[in-house]
Amino acid sequence: MIRLTLLLLCLALPARAQEVVRAFGPENALTRLVLRTTTDVDILAPTVEEFLAAHPGLAIVYEQWGSNALYQRSSEECATGESGADIVISSAVHQMIRLVNDRCAASWQSSFSTGLPDTLRWRDEIWGVTREPAVMVYNRSLVPPDQVPRTRFDLLDLLRPEDSRYAGRIATYEISQSGLGYLFAYMDSQEATTFGALMEAFARSGAVATCCSAEIIDGVQRGDYLIAYNILGSYAVTEALRDPTLGIVAPRDYTLVLSRALIFPGSRVRPEAGAFLDFLLSPAGQLSLAANNLAISADNPAINTEADAPDSARRLIPLAPALLVAMDRAKSERFLSDWRKTFAQ
Amino acid sequence: MTESPRSASTLSLSARLAGGLVVLLVVGGVVLSLATFAYGRAAAREAFDRLLVGAASSIAASVSVIEGAAVVDLPVSAFDLLALAPEDRIAYQVRGVDGAVLTGYADLPQPPAARLVTSGPVYYDAPFTGEPARFIRLTRRFAERDLSGTIEVIVGQTLRERNALAEDIALNALMGLAIGGAAVVLLAVLVVRSALRPLDELALALAARDPQDLTEISTAVPREVASLVGAVNGFMGRLERQFDAMRNLISDSAHQLRTPVAALRAQADLATQETDPDRRDRLIGRIHDRSVSLGRLLDQMLSRALVIHRIDSARREAVDLRDIALDIVEAGDHKLIAPGAEVRLEIGETPVIVLGDPLSLGEAAKNLFRNALAHGRAPIVLGADVQGAQARLWVQDAGPGPSAAVRAQFGDRFVRSAAADGRSAGLGLSIADSVARAFGGHLALEDSAEGFRVAITLPQSGER
Repeated sequence: MIRLTLLLLCLALPARAQEVVRAFGPENALTRLVLRTTTDVDILAPTVEEFLAAHPGLAIVYEQWGSNALYQRSSEECATGESGADIVISSAVHQMIRLVNDRCAASWQSSFSTGLPDTLRWRDEIWGVTREPAVMVYNRSLVPPDQVPRTRFDLLDLLRPEDSRYAGRIATYEISQSGLGYLFAYMDSQEATTFGALMEAFARSGAVATCCSAEIIDGVQRGDYLIAYNILGSYAVTEALRDPTLGIVAPRDYTLVLSRALIFPGSRVRPEAGAFLDFLLSPAGQLSLAANNLAISADNPAINTEADAPDSARRLIPLAPALLVAMDRAKSERFLSDWRKTFAQ
Repeated sequence: MTESPRSASTLSLSARLAGGLVVLLVVGGVVLSLATFAYGRAAAREAFDRLLVGAASSIAASVSVIEGAAVVDLPVSAFDLLALAPEDRIAYQVRGVDGAVLTGYADLPQPPAARLVTSGPVYYDAPFTGEPARFIRLTRRFAERDLSGTIEVIVGQTLRERNALAEDIALNALMGLAIGGAAVVLLAVLVVRSALRPLDELALALAARDPQDLTEISTAVPREVASLVGAVNGFMGRLERQFDAMRNLISDSAHQLRTPVAALRAQADLATQETDPDRRDRLIGRIHDRSVSLGRLLDQMLSRALVIHRIDSARREAVDLRDIALDIVEAGDHKLIAPGAEVRLEIGETPVIVLGDPLSLGEAAKNLFRNALAHGRAPIVLGADVQGAQARLWVQDAGPGPSAAVRAQFGDRFVRSAAADGRSAGLGLSIADSVARAFGGHLALEDSAEGFRVAITLPQSGER
């Protein structure tokens, strides 16, 4: 119970604060869309600008949120019936699925939206717009090439020796603070038995769970951490293109692929908001997303250059009601408590 | 056939059949459609209720007791099962033994209290966040050392896929129905056409006939139409007989009147040239006699025409022959024809009933009576009686009866000799004979010690 309270406190604290707000488009625009997203504004900005270039007279207020805070806010607004946003895009897709299941999202249909595969849309109320693998990031100068883990088993092997030099220098998301981290960990627990072994190895070797992609990648670049596990590929690739010391591996046993979920909160879709979704799903939009590393294919040159990861290892996280289990109170409580037990040691 | 104004007033057979068929199809279609929709709904409900019960059971099975507390480890499989209805939202709730919500949606509609009497799963319809949904409530009993009581699982799902499936089933079934209906219509058209073809053939056969041709229709027709053809044939037979009668009347009249009229004219010519008053008076007297007998001949011929017309067309009814005899005597014609002749009526107490036409019988008897007055010898006796099974209406006179030549010609239509000399006994007999035959009897000529008797002998009728 105390843990739950702590967790709720954790969730509640940032609930009223968006991290960044930036306005796109002309100031005197007649129509103004509010886009709330967990995506870093710098990464999505070019795509937004490209969209606005084709829609003069339209402006977008870009609000960058933490995933838990965004879910909390959306859920509250759904309960009161006043929506403060026109578009919500979140990497914590299980939270978006829950919003759809709670009838907090409006329905939209177009040739682009219905063209998506069934696993990337549900009820025509939620759509997967990006392709971002969950990758392992390592420091090229500190991890010798023959020790670079290609699979989770390799990672387990690195951590096995009592005096492993990787002990205490493996980082991953703090899942109680990051909805995305929780989702990756949850999907890992569903995907394979390696998750239990990994947890046990993390616990034994004193792995670090901390917040936020940027901080973790930063830590790897500095050499604080040698390897980071389950890092969102879009951020990792963007950084790796800038800094060659950063190595990226898409695990060959399986690689989770996240498709950020877009919903239209409220009961009605503004046509301009619908047009934004259609743009994201259009070839032009997908090209733009790919250029900003938000649609990463298996053969991206930044990832895994030394080895050829089989395409069949990519596991797309389906936008399906089964993700409701990840949102289940009892489930998440136990999952978080197990997690905390692991990292408390 | 259908184009004539008379039959236009009533519906054509095809229209009747088509109307009946359309009504049948519409009523049947509506009933079947309703049944189809009900069936589709029931089938979809059953299919998706199974998903619900599967998911709820799997969630209930995932509940375990750890350190005295019920713990739910929500199975993904339950949601994968519910996701088989991919468009529907999912509601779930697990409540502990104390009724507190262990996990899931906190405020789900509860099953109606009346449905909770059974221990098995309870299905109910209720809204889920403003959308109609179907719920199941399942219980699982725990009897552990540290936890005893009932865990309650509620799983619900919105109705999109259910309704879609129900519609799908119904539409598919309706498609089949429509195809079947169209096939029935097509078949019906063919069947009706082939069933009505004999009528068309009949019409063609009738249309192709010579207007004078009144012989029976011999076209082969089905049983149902045979009665119609029979009636038409009967009608044409009657028509032909009447035509014949008319033809006969005309030719008889021409034939029988020509000679007496020529004789009359000859005598009248003689009379105008005669200068001797005595001989002229005699001639005039003869002209008078001739006229009288010509009048009688005309009477007889008309009555024969009447009789022949009536015996074909008049209704048979029960007639008391005594009444006819009485009527003739009471009419008193004999006082004009043969004043002073003695006429007697001989009838008994018992009715003499036959089936026939009173007018025809009266005409026949009157002819016989006049014959007797004209040619017989008084006293004339008119009577009616019963002999065995035969009813008789007879006329008797004291004379020897007609000559052998007349008797031999009896029954002929042309009684040339009689007509020629104005003594038309043969014609009267012939009328009586026709009437007797028409009503199933015959004319009997009898000689006896008392004289000559002619009797219309008919089968007696028990009817009164």
